[in-house]
Amino acid sequence: MSDNLTLPAQQGSTGASTETLLKVEGLTKHFPIYGGFPIKRKVGAVQAVDNVDLTVGVGESVGLVGESGCGKSTTGRLITRLLEPTGGRIEYAGQDITHAKRKQLAPVRSEIQMIFQDPYSSLNPRQTVGTIIKSPMEVNGIDPAGGREKRVRELLELVGLNPEHYNRFPHEFSGGQRQRIGVARALALNPKLIVADEPVSALDVSIQAQVVNLLQKVQDELGIAFLFIAHDLAVVRHFSQRVAVMYLGKVVEVGDRDSIYNRPRHPYTHALLSAVPEVAMDDETENRERIRLYGDVPSPIMPPSGCRFRTRCWKAQDKCATDEPPLVQISGNRDGHLTACHFPEDPTTESRGEDVVLDPALKALEESAGKD
Amino acid sequence: MTTLTKTEGEKAPTGPDSFLSVRDLRVRFSTEDGIVKAVDGLSFDVERGKTLGIVGESGSGKSVTNLTVLGLHNPKSTTVEGEILLEGRDLVTAPEKELEKLRGNKVAMIFQDPLTALSPYYTVGRQIAEPYMKHTGASKKEARARAIEMLTKVGIPQPESRVDDYPHQFSGGMRQRAMIAMALVCDPDLLIADEPTTALDVTVQAQILDLLKDLQQEFGTGIIFITHDLGVISDMADDLLVMYSGRAVERGSVREVLRQPKHPYTWGLLSSMPRLGADVSQALNPIPGSPPSLLNPPSGCPFHPRCAFTGEVPGDRCSTERPSLGEGRAAACHLTAEQKQSIFIDTIQPRLR
Amino acid sequence: MLQFLIRRLIGAVVIMFLIGAFTFFLFYTVPQDFAALSCGKNCSPENLAVIRENLGLDKPITTQFWEFMTGIVAGRDFATGHCAAPCLGQSFSTGEFVWDSILDRFPLTLSLTVGGLVIFLIVGLGAGLLAAWKRGTVADRAVSGASIVLSSFQIYFLGPIVLGIVVYQTGWLDNPKYHPFTENPLTWAAGMLIPWVVMATIFTAQYTRMSRSTMIEQLQEEHVRTARAKGMKQSYVFFRYAWRGSLIPIVTILGIDLSALLSGAVVTEFTFDLAGIGRLAVDSSLTKDLPVTMGVMLFGAFFILLLNILVDLVYAYIDPRVRLS
Repeated sequence: MSDNLTLPAQQGSTGASTETLLKVEGLTKHFPIYGGFPIKRKVGAVQAVDNVDLTVGVGESVGLVGESGCGKSTTGRLITRLLEPTGGRIEYAGQDITHAKRKQLAPVRSEIQMIFQDPYSSLNPRQTVGTIIKSPMEVNGIDPAGGREKRVRELLELVGLNPEHYNRFPHEFSGGQRQRIGVARALALNPKLIVADEPVSALDVSIQAQVVNLLQKVQDELGIAFLFIAHDLAVVRHFSQRVAVMYLGKVVEVGDRDSIYNRPRHPYTHALLSAVPEVAMDDETENRERIRLYGDVPSPIMPPSGCRFRTRCWKAQDKCATDEPPLVQISGNRDGHLTACHFPEDPTTESRGEDVVLDPALKALEESAGKD
Repeated sequence: MTTLTKTEGEKAPTGPDSFLSVRDLRVRFSTEDGIVKAVDGLSFDVERGKTLGIVGESGSGKSVTNLTVLGLHNPKSTTVEGEILLEGRDLVTAPEKELEKLRGNKVAMIFQDPLTALSPYYTVGRQIAEPYMKHTGASKKEARARAIEMLTKVGIPQPESRVDDYPHQFSGGMRQRAMIAMALVCDPDLLIADEPTTALDVTVQAQILDLLKDLQQEFGTGIIFITHDLGVISDMADDLLVMYSGRAVERGSVREVLRQPKHPYTWGLLSSMPRLGADVSQALNPIPGSPPSLLNPPSGCPFHPRCAFTGEVPGDRCSTERPSLGEGRAAACHLTAEQKQSIFIDTIQPRLR
Repeated sequence: MLQFLIRRLIGAVVIMFLIGAFTFFLFYTVPQDFAALSCGKNCSPENLAVIRENLGLDKPITTQFWEFMTGIVAGRDFATGHCAAPCLGQSFSTGEFVWDSILDRFPLTLSLTVGGLVIFLIVGLGAGLLAAWKRGTVADRAVSGASIVLSSFQIYFLGPIVLGIVVYQTGWLDNPKYHPFTENPLTWAAGMLIPWVVMATIFTAQYTRMSRSTMIEQLQEEHVRTARAKGMKQSYVFFRYAWRGSLIPIVTILGIDLSALLSGAVVTEFTFDLAGIGRLAVDSSLTKDLPVTMGVMLFGAFFILLLNILVDLVYAYIDPRVRLS
């Protein structure tokens, strides 16, 4: 089934090949919860990630979007093996690394790198920038031609920093520059896959674009595959050739960029896209469908049975509570566009006859305003 | 359309509909590193029942401005000059007692993170009832009934029992709803919302923004909406003020500013922002460099070190002379009106497809 | 919450048992014949054997320990008579039941501790609040300066100075002495006043600084700002919002300080020559009077554990997030 996930190159998917670099099957992570009386024992689990399938092709950039608690960051940490999976399988370049030990993992570790959200806390304040970027090479015993220091200077230049700043400390840089240092550190080992976890969400708008452009340059020029994890749908759309939408630990829809953003089928994808506040540059933007869900995402400790989105879905029926919808290609979808829904929506984001407003307060206010 | 027409420093009487008028506001903090010029000569007006959006990045002075309106700054380290006129009364010189009567009553505030902005030690109901009792003299029982009424209005389920819950028992979206209920409990004329949805998920943000708009309709509240998100502002505001380095650099109606922006900084913001409707093959055009330090802001136009169009302005005016923000629809920039027009059409607009 | 309390109580019993075992067996690692100590100089082997049997020293150590521990719950019989529960044994040197000596001495130590506690909480927290309220003013600087000076004092240093001035030089007060509270509260307070003040001084300084800094921290909290934005009065915001929040770190530190307070009481007892529990503890270790040492250790531990559970309850009272989790 997951073969479906690997797509033939889509329009705009520059540099993506059909060759699979990373293949994730049934990936699951449950964090146990302890409690009880008088002796503490496991009483439940946070089902952070539940049975997730995902592939990333060589040089491809895949986006992972969803709201807080959807498990996108946990997925990233599982793939980089910062967390131990509860179940499932992670295959990197044909090699099973799901439960690989430290030693076995060493060669793979250098090929999979991570960029973190917070450029303030992810850099050691007592180390110079040179040391920070150099240390992955030292740890992995890599000696590039011309020496490590030369390589660090090249990397600084590549990410748009002055190589002269080799001996400066992180606090001497601005937020955007620190994130560049993070990128340089990730590039030090010539990785093939970078997992970027909310790499720009802590930055101001004008700086965000600088870092997005840098990552795009890195992807294009060095052919590095990206798993781009973010909550900002517009940034993910800009950066990713394929996008997976997660909700409460599950992938609910995955497909090429155009399918997800212009021809979405899952009601949650519709709700998510409709909720994004968009700058009205022209009248066209105002012709979007309006869906207002009710309440927040439920707790991943006791996720709803069947389809996890059903408690907030306007199309939910009895079947949604009993049968979990499989992630499959629905008729009318392009190859590789998979949706986990029993009652999919029409593939359009345009305004429908009537708004979907589930929030009772909004409904009441809008009805009384309509009467006046 | 609006009365956003006062020039900087002018002390003219406010327009007929202008509820709040800020004139030539200057806010300075003394810190260990020196004097921070957080707000430097800012003027704006808010009309009754309308929304003024203030957009800017971190350190642009947008939040400080609004803390100053309510006198919530630290009086020991802060100096405030200029005028903040609320229905003609100057709040800068008003005594604390008088400000207390205004706060939460005529002017209310909503903050960014409802988890830290609500006290963990008191029930949601008590926190909503408190200002109502203080400002209307209502009894405990009446205030509680009012709190339940407000919770119903903002869409809290089972308000009769949730009124006795503590903030930590609410979800993020519910907490922000409770915060809104608290702010609107005395039916204020002006609501200052400081990044009220930044900490929320996008689907919840959409609910809260719509809720604010609908409640504004019902209560006729004027809103100052502060955010860094142009998408949110486009959705919420009638008028827009773009701030940079403690100053207003552009103002006008939201439609005008977002569709025909005139300031290079606004151009930069718009073209560095990915949008759902944009062409993905079009690269983002970031503004080079970083925002300036408010300890030592650049001379002349504060944006000139990052501006791509200083070459179009004769001489070194950009680095020596501070451009003034004209009346009404205006941008504080030395480029001529024709230059702004042609640069926008020829260079900027193609980037925004 | 109730579950939490029960769990804490069970934990407390286990800890008490461990403390008892530790003290008991540690004592026996000292190569010393306790019977010989109480027998005196001209001790015949027969006398020694009798004493040994009377004290129960002829039995294996584990049996002795077991008898001691069961005695606490059920009481036990000695050659000199029945020792009712909670029986902490019989002193090697005086033959008195340990529980009785403790009960005898406890009111003094309790008076000392509670009185000192009340004084340093009122003065320390009050001064800290004042400094935070008047932050940056002369009052703030005076309080902060005084607290730094005072915190460098020690009880055994400050005690004699105060005695010298207030008792010997001016004769304002008599030498500190314990009179039971039940007899006459006034003489009780007058007798304890000097030890209270001396003991409280050291803690006062610490709590002044702590309450000042936590208050200043709390005043910068966002929810405190929200309260002001609602139009609540400054004093209301100060006491209802900021003060409530700063109680949590203060109670935490207070919980940790309780044992320091007890050892402060010991030093104070020595300084002013008062016969309290601290005195009893030190004397018994010097004379190697095992049952008394054991008794005092367990009693002190019980007391501290009890107070810690009390602190947890206070926590739950202050912070609904603790109460409702």
